[in-house]
Amino acid sequence: MSRTHRWLIVAIGALALVLLEGRPAYAMHIMEGFLPPLWAAFWFAVAIPFWVIGFRRVNRLMTEKPETRMLLGLVGAFAFVLSALKIPSVTGSSSHPTGTGLGAILFGPAVMSILGTIVLLFQALLLAHGGLTTLGANAVAMAIVGPLVAWGIWYGLKDRISIWVAVFCAAAIANLTTYVVTSLQLALAYPDPTGGFTAAFIKFGTIFAVTQVPLAISEGILTVLIFNALQTNAETELMALDVLKGA
Amino acid sequence: MNNKPFGWSTSLLLLGIVIVLAIVPLLLVQGSEFEGADGAAVDAISEIAPDYEPWFTPLIEPPGGETESLLFALQAGLGAGLIGFFFGLKVGQRKARNAEHPTPMVSRQSAPERT
Repeated sequence: MSRTHRWLIVAIGALALVLLEGRPAYAMHIMEGFLPPLWAAFWFAVAIPFWVIGFRRVNRLMTEKPETRMLLGLVGAFAFVLSALKIPSVTGSSSHPTGTGLGAILFGPAVMSILGTIVLLFQALLLAHGGLTTLGANAVAMAIVGPLVAWGIWYGLKDRISIWVAVFCAAAIANLTTYVVTSLQLALAYPDPTGGFTAAFIKFGTIFAVTQVPLAISEGILTVLIFNALQTNAETELMALDVLKGA
Repeated sequence: MNNKPFGWSTSLLLLGIVIVLAIVPLLLVQGSEFEGADGAAVDAISEIAPDYEPWFTPLIEPPGGETESLLFALQAGLGAGLIGFFFGLKVGQRKARNAEHPTPMVSRQSAPERT
């Protein structure tokens, strides 16, 4: 790296600092008690049908394809690890990946709605991170809409471009979507007194987008890495799940 | 379209990018404590709706940052342990298979294999 390069990086950094200074990001899960009861109930109502379907899917998977049981554990563990990683981001605050893209690709969004909710429940109960009253809303964002988007992207792309690009896009965009939904939920519950819903959505949304972009890239790469390891070592399971056709 | 798994060098390179992505903000943004972004959301809410009172509080709250980081470390540790176990087992199984059949395996359809 030459001297000019180094100075260029410092200059960009200084610019970023000036532009972003003191503007915290509004991301991660909605804290306990911070959704009015009506909205909390509403998001639970949205989440419950997905949980019912997800529960049935998990049960069916266990009886029909018991050989994938360990892989299900792995997917849960992956989401568990990734949501524990609070990674610093360019806005001067931290946020964490969701780890839900992998499960959505392998098992579909319904199964992931259960695994994601378990992770959220753990964090709500033990870490006071997220909350029980906001569990419905957080589950819709992280365990339902995110995986749905991941799954849709994966199915749309997997036969068109190389597998790892499809995996990357699915996981990275699912991560971004999770936080878009979170800001949507916050904006619905807290519309701006003057600008209404739109102004609040922009307020909650714009800045966290900056926080979340590097994290989404990280999540995409980590998901590609683990998917690649699975392709090498657990081909049997991937084929049993029809993720990979016999190559 | 090349869908073959990539090797160690590519994996390491990708891992490097993830680490760089996490370190760069630490160097770029000075004087920040990198607080969780959800705490900031609470500030934003109190800005929009100053009269809002949270109507429910966490049942158990870690007494402080140390206990919280313990629980987060535990969460990551348990998960990572399970991931390590899974891949350890799978690599072992693959090697055992390869030792039995030195020729590359033909694609197995549904395979409840446990040897």
